[in-house]
Amino acid sequence: MSQTLTEKPIVPISVTDTASGERKGLTKKEIAADHPTWCPGCGDFSILALYFKLIEKRKLWHEKITTISGIGCSSRFPYFVQAHGAHFIHGRALPFASGVSLSRPDLHVFAFSGDGDAFSIGGNHFTHTARKNIKMTLVVMDNQVYGLTKKQTSPTSPLGFKSKTDIWGAVDYPINPSKQAIAVGASFVARTTSSNPNHVLATMEAAMDHDGFSFVHCLSECVEFYEGAFDSANPRKGGAFNEVPKSHDVTDEHAAYKLASADFPGNFGVLYKVNKPTKNAREAEINASFQSKFTGLKDWQILQKTFDRMK
Amino acid sequence: MSNTIAGAPSSGGAAKVSKINEVVIRIAGNSQDGIQAIGGFLARLAGRSEQEVMTFMTIPSTISGGPSIFQVRIGSGEVLTSGDEADVLLCFYQHSYEGHINSLRKKGIVLYDTDHVVPKPEWETDYHHVGIPISSLTVEAIGGTAKDKGKNIYALGLIAKMFDLNVSKLEKLLGERFTGKDPSILSNALAAFHAGYSNSPSNVIETFQITDSQKKGVQQVVMNGNEAIAYGLIAAGVRFGAAYPITPWTDIMEIMRRELPKYGGSFIQCEDEIASVSMAIGASFAGRVAVTGSSGPGIALKTEAIGWAVMAEMPLVVVNVQRGGPSTGLPTQIEQSDLNIAINGGHGDAPRVVLAPANVEDCFYMSIEAVNIARKYNTPVFFLTDQGIATRIEAFPQPDLEKVCQDITPDFTPVASHKPYDLAAKDGVTPHVKPGTRILDGKYPIATGLEHDEYGHPSGSPKVHMLQNAKRRKKLQALGATLPLPKIYGPSEGNVLLVGWGSTEGPIREAVDRFRAAGDSVSAIHLRYVNPLPNGLENIFSGFNHVFVVEMNDEGLYGYGQLGAVLRARYCDAKLQGINKTDGLTWKVKEIVELVKAKAKK
Repeated sequence: MSQTLTEKPIVPISVTDTASGERKGLTKKEIAADHPTWCPGCGDFSILALYFKLIEKRKLWHEKITTISGIGCSSRFPYFVQAHGAHFIHGRALPFASGVSLSRPDLHVFAFSGDGDAFSIGGNHFTHTARKNIKMTLVVMDNQVYGLTKKQTSPTSPLGFKSKTDIWGAVDYPINPSKQAIAVGASFVARTTSSNPNHVLATMEAAMDHDGFSFVHCLSECVEFYEGAFDSANPRKGGAFNEVPKSHDVTDEHAAYKLASADFPGNFGVLYKVNKPTKNAREAEINASFQSKFTGLKDWQILQKTFDRMK
Repeated sequence: MSNTIAGAPSSGGAAKVSKINEVVIRIAGNSQDGIQAIGGFLARLAGRSEQEVMTFMTIPSTISGGPSIFQVRIGSGEVLTSGDEADVLLCFYQHSYEGHINSLRKKGIVLYDTDHVVPKPEWETDYHHVGIPISSLTVEAIGGTAKDKGKNIYALGLIAKMFDLNVSKLEKLLGERFTGKDPSILSNALAAFHAGYSNSPSNVIETFQITDSQKKGVQQVVMNGNEAIAYGLIAAGVRFGAAYPITPWTDIMEIMRRELPKYGGSFIQCEDEIASVSMAIGASFAGRVAVTGSSGPGIALKTEAIGWAVMAEMPLVVVNVQRGGPSTGLPTQIEQSDLNIAINGGHGDAPRVVLAPANVEDCFYMSIEAVNIARKYNTPVFFLTDQGIATRIEAFPQPDLEKVCQDITPDFTPVASHKPYDLAAKDGVTPHVKPGTRILDGKYPIATGLEHDEYGHPSGSPKVHMLQNAKRRKKLQALGATLPLPKIYGPSEGNVLLVGWGSTEGPIREAVDRFRAAGDSVSAIHLRYVNPLPNGLENIFSGFNHVFVVEMNDEGLYGYGQLGAVLRARYCDAKLQGINKTDGLTWKVKEIVELVKAKAKK
């Protein structure tokens, strides 16, 4: 029988490893690829640096990480990471990442997206990837504006935000990403902001360790087109960084929804986290139950049984 | 057709027994009557009797009910089409009778249910009418609780008697079909069958025996085109797919969803067409060469992502079971109007491979070929079939599965270094190194839709764009150079050459047979590789005065169908002309013959 989707592939140890076969964790220099093309001062730099830190801290190897994105400023991310990655089409990073996740249980699958990519053109996929609880981590770097196309209204732009497509101020009600994620069935929902590096790292690490679809809503300021958007969440700019209260029960969906509904800047940290079977696990279960009926048979013999009924 | 059914009333007495080589039976009723089941039993029986068989069916696009037909042609020699005209019409309702009498040849037999059909006197001279109260006799045989249920099996018994079919084989087929929780279902089916079989209406004047097959001793399998594709992909080693339901593609995803778990694979039903193609590409990127598929508008939705797979050089198989378009079009009818979107769909210069199987057997073997081309050239491969081939049942020699089945488990052996878009690669063909593979020089590839340098990093350089465009083009040219020329059906020189592609091979060949029998100089070729084309077609064309491209699509603004336009563009040959139709039905042999005659005169 050929190797199944649920078996972890065996990766041979390379000749360059130490005599004991142990590999050292990667250094930042080994993880960094192209110099980021973001504007100086962009919040995305911080998230990239903390992704490197997470890889260093958790001793993840190049070949074990897959960094996937769609289109937008944030979605340039994979080019800056020295690991297997894909820069896919606008809005569709999640189904692409789902294909990787469902066929390769041995990989850490990270998707990086922006507010337009994830909630506007990719809105349908956000709903269904969360609902199916496909194992991966999605970090949405939300700047509340379209940056790559230079200042148009985004689905998270607040009412009244003046952009080139709403010169009089945005008139459409914005999406609240955390509320939406909870409502459609995401099993891990957290908020963080690029201006608090330690919090970003802790949140990404918790997300990575979650067995399921983990969604990190990360505020990331666009200094070119929406400067000061997140000052109210930044103590250095006179704002307040309020963490999720210690008393909050992260498994209480209604409490999480209520917390997510707080006025901006709201609370930061894990809002919601429940353990429920992933689609990956459910598909593996289906496979195990079918395969148990064909133990010892080669693939062609299984197909032969089907053909015998088509004579 | 030699030794066919006579059907003319004889001067009374016992029914005589005639030997025939083949028979075309059309069953007309409503879609919930189980007429597909009768046709399926007949097709399967023919397959088990080593006979050739081909079927044709129509299904209404309504949710439940509506008129529906199933036509089956069984022969002991070669069967190329489901038949222009039926020898026997079995009709359950007045609308089936009136709507399909024209499909019956003169002097053919009408078997009708007297409970629902009143024959028209003006037709009784042209066709031999045999009336049987099928509905009430079925109720009598199996007890009349469920209205009309079982009458299809009763009718199968009548047909079995009329054509002296092998009763024990049919009983076995019924047993296989109705194995289940409730044994009374099988006993009812057998009771209905035998009631039909033992009914000898007084006006049956002739019964028939189909002569022994010319292919004695060949083990056959019987399936339709959609089934053959699903199992072909499984044999090819495909273990991941993703799709969204749409007619007539849906059967393939249903089969693969059900079957892949046996092999440790998964087929995922997605939220939409775009998610499906994206998920399949993601799995291909991850090392599991994947399939997606669709029909009609679903294909249009997938084109942006297919363009990405061309740009990023990812293997992918896209099955397109064509139906009538544009837009929602004719969801349950046949057309070959997606050749343009298969070859060119999407923005930018995005060369990809297009294959078109000609019959059900091709659907099986060419699925494997599609997977292997996608893997070798790291490119999307369109697999173009249509509603006709999807639903038509054929028998073909059982494949040697031990030889045919492939294991394409990905290889993660570390590599020293890797340039995913290496411009120096021979023929432009570069391997795909999957995630999970360690690259020892520490430089990892990015699969990208942006124009890119050899490592996959973005580049807007005019020179790079031209070189990478050429790389993507050269791969397909290299593939084209390996493709075999189609065999010429008929002599290699003559007056008219017919060129076809896809599901139309049978009627085109039968048209050639008719022309040649009448002394006309007509040959045909059939293209299975549509993009790239094999090299050297011009040498075939040069042997003929006329080259007519026969397609089920519109003649277009300039008088050529979609393949016709491609051939015109490549060969600039004024003798290439189009023979086209878009009536949503398969070609009748006589339609091709008439159009060719008219065109050749001009």
